Amino acid sequence: MDKPATPNSFRTGPDEQGMFGIFGGRFVAETLMPLILDLERHWNEVKNDPDFKAELTDLSTHYAGRPSKLYFAEGLTRHLGGAKVYFKREDLNHTGSHKINNCLGQILLAKRMGKKRIIAETGAGQHGVASATVAARFGFPCVVYMGATDVARQSPNVFRMKLLGAEVRPVTAGHGTLKDAMNEALRDWVTNVEDTYYLIGTAAGPHPYPELVRDFQSVIGTEARAQILEQEGRLPDTIIACVGGGSNAIGLFHPFLDDKDVRIIGIEAGGRGLDGIEHCASMSAGAPGVLHGNRTYLLQNSDGQIMDGHSISAGLDYPGVGPEHSWLRDSGRVEYVPILDDEALEAFKLTTRVEGIIPALESAHAIAHAVKIVPAMDKDQIVIVNLSGRGDKDVHTVASMLGMEI
Amino acid sequence: MTTRIDRRMAKLKTEGRPALVTYFMGGDPDYETSLSIMKALPGAGADVIELGMPFSDPMADGPAIQAAGLRALKGGQTLVKTLKMASEFRAGDNETPIVLMGYYNPIYIYGVDRFLKDAIASGIDGLIVVDLPPEMDEELCIPALKAGINFIRLATPTTDDKRLPKVLQNTSGFVYYVSMTGITGSALADTGKVAAAVQRIKGHTDLPVCVGFGVKTAEQARVIGANADGVVVGTAIVNAVANVLGPKGEKTADPAEAVATLVSGLAQGVRSARLAAAE
Repeated sequence: MDKPATPNSFRTGPDEQGMFGIFGGRFVAETLMPLILDLERHWNEVKNDPDFKAELTDLSTHYAGRPSKLYFAEGLTRHLGGAKVYFKREDLNHTGSHKINNCLGQILLAKRMGKKRIIAETGAGQHGVASATVAARFGFPCVVYMGATDVARQSPNVFRMKLLGAEVRPVTAGHGTLKDAMNEALRDWVTNVEDTYYLIGTAAGPHPYPELVRDFQSVIGTEARAQILEQEGRLPDTIIACVGGGSNAIGLFHPFLDDKDVRIIGIEAGGRGLDGIEHCASMSAGAPGVLHGNRTYLLQNSDGQIMDGHSISAGLDYPGVGPEHSWLRDSGRVEYVPILDDEALEAFKLTTRVEGIIPALESAHAIAHAVKIVPAMDKDQIVIVNLSGRGDKDVHTVASMLGMEI
Repeated sequence: MTTRIDRRMAKLKTEGRPALVTYFMGGDPDYETSLSIMKALPGAGADVIELGMPFSDPMADGPAIQAAGLRALKGGQTLVKTLKMASEFRAGDNETPIVLMGYYNPIYIYGVDRFLKDAIASGIDGLIVVDLPPEMDEELCIPALKAGINFIRLATPTTDDKRLPKVLQNTSGFVYYVSMTGITGSALADTGKVAAAVQRIKGHTDLPVCVGFGVKTAEQARVIGANADGVVVGTAIVNAVANVLGPKGEKTADPAEAVATLVSGLAQGVRSARLAAAE
């Protein structure tokens, strides 16, 4: 495949067809097409509407707790002995991750569209919890589709969703992970077209979802950019985020894309290694294909059948990635590298010990890469890692990995 | 250029009856059994064959077709084998139209140009690709039309009069009206509403309009066939195969015979559709 020419700006996509180069688009059944066009119309209306922005900002501030802090991770910096490491503290948001940013935006959109019911898919349960939260706050009934495997390994989040009044429907198809949950959510949507809003949790799916989720999550990078300028008087040398579907990553990356001197690294789930099929590194080891409404890098076999993948972290356990990441990969602006389960687990333990912060296993992948590269960097260099969520939900998984019972 | 689909539809129109369009999953439960099912269809009364291309993530399908696809994939079915199956069928039947139905990714990975070339060589007449709406016509629809293969589009209850012309623009062969908002295998929608929708679509096109999603019995085929140019049955056929498979996938009876029995009944349903309507 030809490498696309370097554009003047990396921040102009998608085009009017919802494409980022060859990626993205609207590969959906006809039943959903009118709904997606309707969503696009409403999205175009609200995205520049000052009232909508004001309402979202107010909720972000007083309900979600934004802006999230940019924290100098002194303990980790000292431990690694290289560049200064900062954490963007999305773990401190209401509901414990960056997912609330997107959910608040989309619930306001659903309200404007006059929808009566919310459906969502979830992997780790962070998006499910955030969806259930905003549904409770705004009085919507909410159904969350969650792979049966994930229901088992993320039981605290399942309980939280139920407390919040959502119905959690376990999905047993496939490996019972995020991909299967997304299929089932799409089946619900295609059945309940009149009243249902599909609150997609990541910057993937048919246009306009990748764009609108990115825009709602870009608050992360916009804040981080202003905060580092204020705290350090300059831009960072490197920014790092984990990539499952890629919403926290695109949220951090997007405001920095045209800062040519900032190195941007997305971390994929390397699972048990890229040699076999037990990983979710779609951009490192997959190929472009079409799934869930968009063209993007996918884990698939030579017949175009989608593989299930594996990651220690349920939130990264997805065989695809948001289409804008695929485009950023091919254009060379962003590097995507895998981190193994074991490396993420070590970073999880290290961060807990030297910072007193229990990171989500997803975020621990990003930290693990910082652990690799920071020691070789100069002490006056700066690295920002997106701490996309807190790890309370993961203590059962980690305990079993460490052979402990809790 | 006319295709086997055009010719078959024109012939049925002169006979004054709707077409019976039968969907089955290629490779379910294995290649040879599936080929025997395909070969049994025309004799049982199928007018058009929809050959399902299995996909790991069939987002518009219900549990029955999803399970059939997984059985086929487990049995080693690939797009290469599905095309081979069409071509083996075609060697013994040069009249019955074959429509490939499935999702885009396996075709995309196969390569669109190579796929169209091989599909024509295998005697394929039309394509139904669920996740390619008119907005994505450049991907496959337009190349297929240029290659002389019909591209059959789904119209749905959410396709309003404003959107219909866009949906119909590059459609050929026939229009597939999805009787409900939902996945394959759901309960049949209000037949009065379906008849009205068929009339609405006919106001926009001269193409035959076939109705699918939810038709399972001969009686339903008769009622739907009274107003539509064709009746599509899929899930019921796939279930007929599943019903003769044991817990480990072993055959407890001949799947081709089970399908043929079902299809014969459905064929009687569509053949009595207009008689009943005329009464």
